Amino acid sequence: MSNTLIKIRDVYFSWDGKRDIYAGVDLDIPEGKITAIMGPSGTGKTTLLRLIGGQLKPTSGSVEVAGQEIPKLKRKELYLARRKMGMLFQSGALLTDLNVFENIAFPIREHYEFSESMIRDIVLMKLELVGLRGARQLMPAELSGGMKRRVALARAIALDPFLMMYDEPFTGLDPVTLGTIVSLIKELNDALGLTSVIVSHDIGETFSIADHVCILSEGKVMATGSPEELKNSDSAFVKQFVNGHPDGPMPFHFPADEYTQDLLAGKDL
Amino acid sequence: MNGLFNFLQSIGAFVIDSLASLGRSVSFLINVLLGFKEVVLRPSLLVREIYSVGVLSLLIIFFSAIFVGMVVSLLGYTILVDFGGEESLGLLVSLTLVRELAPVLGALLFSGRAGSALTAEIGLMKATEQLASMEMMAVDPVRRIVAPRFFAGLISLPILTIIFMAVGVYSGYLVGSEWKGVDAGAFWSQIQNKVEFRHDIINGIIKSIVFAFVVTWIAVYQGYNAMPTSEGVSRATTNSVVYSALAILGLDFVLTAIMFAS
Ligand SMILES: Nc1ncnc2c1ncn2[C@@H]1O[C@H](COP(=O)(O)OP(=O)(O)O)[C@@H](O)[C@H]1O
Ligand SMILES: [Mg+2]
Repeated sequence: MSNTLIKIRDVYFSWDGKRDIYAGVDLDIPEGKITAIMGPSGTGKTTLLRLIGGQLKPTSGSVEVAGQEIPKLKRKELYLARRKMGMLFQSGALLTDLNVFENIAFPIREHYEFSESMIRDIVLMKLELVGLRGARQLMPAELSGGMKRRVALARAIALDPFLMMYDEPFTGLDPVTLGTIVSLIKELNDALGLTSVIVSHDIGETFSIADHVCILSEGKVMATGSPEELKNSDSAFVKQFVNGHPDGPMPFHFPADEYTQDLLAGKDL
Repeated sequence: MNGLFNFLQSIGAFVIDSLASLGRSVSFLINVLLGFKEVVLRPSLLVREIYSVGVLSLLIIFFSAIFVGMVVSLLGYTILVDFGGEESLGLLVSLTLVRELAPVLGALLFSGRAGSALTAEIGLMKATEQLASMEMMAVDPVRRIVAPRFFAGLISLPILTIIFMAVGVYSGYLVGSEWKGVDAGAFWSQIQNKVEFRHDIINGIIKSIVFAFVVTWIAVYQGYNAMPTSEGVSRATTNSVVYSALAILGLDFVLTAIMFAS
């Protein structure tokens, strides 16, 4: 059994103080593995990544990354801790006024006083890993969605993090690009000895590379286990989620008044 | 009874909301000001922003100053000539411009040209997760992105205002002397004798510094706190210009009362 890199204990979080996005979540993320966090849209998967990265603070509870209690860190310590975390944003989030090369050089230039030739070597190395060494002069606007994500991936590993977080890395890609990204995540994890956290709701791709899966819903962890364990699970919720049935414990309808009553009331919009 | 209660409640909610957003914007401002050190250490960031905030606003300031100077001179002349006081035209043109029109119109134009662009730029960076991605690269976007823009605005507007003053007075002179035949010597000597550097020019510049501070603060705050959607960014841009205009005109009254009323 490997070590636990991220320990989340009894975390509560709410955006507005009314609706809890998280109500007592416990979660362990093992070191060196690929862990998938899954759940329907809007459950707060992105929010979870931002809690781990310290961009949000939980209302209560503890978020521990590599032995450091993230919500309690001082600003300086938090910024140091983040150098060792890479995050791939859903949109790529490339800096639009810099070309591909400069985007990847950006975090290096911000934190280290390296010579130009050294920066060039590092950037080309990262670009080679994602297969885009030839695209270094292009601007983000000239890239396709899949290329953007690969450049963003190269940028996220520019500072050699030990933890990579991926926010919906499979959404909105054509099948070929999708395949590239899936194998890239797996390769990077093994080649660089990373710990990877993938947030996604794509069952097929995620199950194909994850060592460990965690399904969230309504602010709680509903199920955890290896992909095989979840596929064979008896729980009605897990069955519905894994097989994508429209109805089951997870309701199709947003909570509302009774339908006929709502129609007859005729006001109160 | 119920209506009254609701009314009181909504006033209470409004007051609490306003205080909360005031608190947020002040703490944001403090963070921006803390970025001063980084701006000093990396002047290239500041220079780039002064170019896009200040230099690119030059043209609109320049042409507005020409027209405003001409109009003030023309209107002033038609009034003064009835009293035979057209030698005082220089005084009238320069005082109106230096004390009031250059700082106020300069700031209004600046907020429309540069402030709205700042809001939109920062808001878009937020909507496209660029700011969040910087945070995760351990780069503080308030210091790296917002602070240089804020200080660039703070430096640019006073300089643009001085340019507005000079160009406005000169175009007023051209209208007065070349078109209306006011004596050039009288025009300039009136200015030399009656316009005090400390009282008039410095106070005009102080006004513009206050406006620069407020306009840029509003612009970057609105951008940084925009809802991260296209609708949110467009609303923030509108708010930036509207709030700036109200703040400029309101503060102008207060400053004028303090500086020139007695
Ligand atoms: N900046 C925000 N302010 C207020 N509510 C938010 C914000 N971001 C997300 N939310 C809410 O938090 C919930 C979880 O969002 P998110 O973490 O993005 O979900 P997911 O990534 O699982 O789709 C959503 O219901 C969303 O409306
Ligand atoms: Mg999300």
